[in-house]
Amino acid sequence: MLRCLGVETAEVRLPRHLADLDGLIIPGGESTTIGKLAVAYQLMSPLQEFGKTKAIWGTCAGAIFISKDAHRDQPLLGLMDITVERNAFGRQVNSFETDLIVPVLPHAAKDSSTAGGAPVPYHAIFIRAPLIESVYGGGEILAQLEDGRIVAAQQGRLLATVFHPELTRDTRFHEYFLTRCS
Amino acid sequence: MDSLTGTWTEKKGLAQMLKGGVIMDVVTPEHAKIAEEAGACAVMALERVPADIRATGGVARMSDPELILKIMDTVTIPVMAKCRIGHFVEAQILEAIGVDYIDESEVLTPADEAHHINKHNFKVPFVCGCRNLGEALRRIGEGAAMIRTKGEAGTGDVVEAVRHARSVLGDIRRLQTMADEELMAYAKEIGAPYDLVKETKQLGRLPVVNFAAGGVATPADAALMMQLGVDGVFVGSGIFKSGDPAKRAAAIFKATTHYRDAYILAEVSRNLGEPMVGRQVSSIPQGELIATRGW
Repeated sequence: MLRCLGVETAEVRLPRHLADLDGLIIPGGESTTIGKLAVAYQLMSPLQEFGKTKAIWGTCAGAIFISKDAHRDQPLLGLMDITVERNAFGRQVNSFETDLIVPVLPHAAKDSSTAGGAPVPYHAIFIRAPLIESVYGGGEILAQLEDGRIVAAQQGRLLATVFHPELTRDTRFHEYFLTRCS
Repeated sequence: MDSLTGTWTEKKGLAQMLKGGVIMDVVTPEHAKIAEEAGACAVMALERVPADIRATGGVARMSDPELILKIMDTVTIPVMAKCRIGHFVEAQILEAIGVDYIDESEVLTPADEAHHINKHNFKVPFVCGCRNLGEALRRIGEGAAMIRTKGEAGTGDVVEAVRHARSVLGDIRRLQTMADEELMAYAKEIGAPYDLVKETKQLGRLPVVNFAAGGVATPADAALMMQLGVDGVFVGSGIFKSGDPAKRAAAIFKATTHYRDAYILAEVSRNLGEPMVGRQVSSIPQGELIATRGW
């Protein structure tokens, strides 16, 4: 999706891969797996340094990884003032899709001239998703479910979403992240 | 706002999250813990690993739900479990206990010699084995949200895994050179749904995530499959039939991530202890081959 937006992309597996990047997306997967690799290949402090000045977006497992607390003993970057709960919605059979109101995104998608100015909700895909239990300090809430549970947050150039914008065709979240990168 | 569960996007999406990872066969909660600690992105809960299924013979069935539930309670990563080909009631049971993925697997004794499960009927996603593009697309047509090449399970011999991965990926490369008017004849030839043949040509890959399985025993085997172009690997007997499972599991995990970095591959391959003994696939009588199951 980033390439469709005209962005040059690279994969990061080792500390040297972080050089010259303006922003980093820590994707979904298993946060325990991501944490183990980051520790084994000395990525923890380079990532923490990177997050002090550059943009990082954690989706799902990535959101857990950049949080300060996940109620569990596992490697975390501790960059964002959020507390998360892993697998908060249950197992795969409980994974779901739903529409969200995300005030920071442009309310109409670029190609939706037919929407007549009505707000265009963001269709979010949750897969064995965590939940952002609380946002404090420098963090701010970006999106909530209807019942008020928090599913997206930001803090300066840091962004956390517990759902998966990369699995949709809606580019608005990616475009929003790019504005944090420059 | 309505929420939707069990959608095709949700089913395919979980497999996307497993990409680049290793899924390990485990037969006890202790194994599951070792696999999770080693970095597995998911575990496959079963009563016997394929090497033991081969050795014991008899009918291999779905595992006791009690065992699967214990493993689900032990780890936080996704738990998969196997049902027999065509045994949709075993699949219903696995869905009821809440497994994250069902493997309709040729490693178990098939329950139906003509039909696979209609996987669209389920909210839980399925992974299925294949040896070639036609078989992969038939399974996707039936609703499989993830594919794995079969290899020959329980042998520790990677040769069949390579054969099947080359077959699927090579067929996709050939498909991309075909003119659109040739696709219907090709779909007929390989016995695959036309729309999926067309979609595969457009994408230049399978419409779902594709892992390798069946015979991966070393970090080098895992990296070989990754360099051939699969999205991740299943390791069955290769870990817990080896001398030092925890160390080998961690090494295969690292090799799958850093599959193009020969220096890291060399580092993780050192001092792993005895690999599983293994059995050359070419020495196995035709009737005992597992990969030929599935239609």
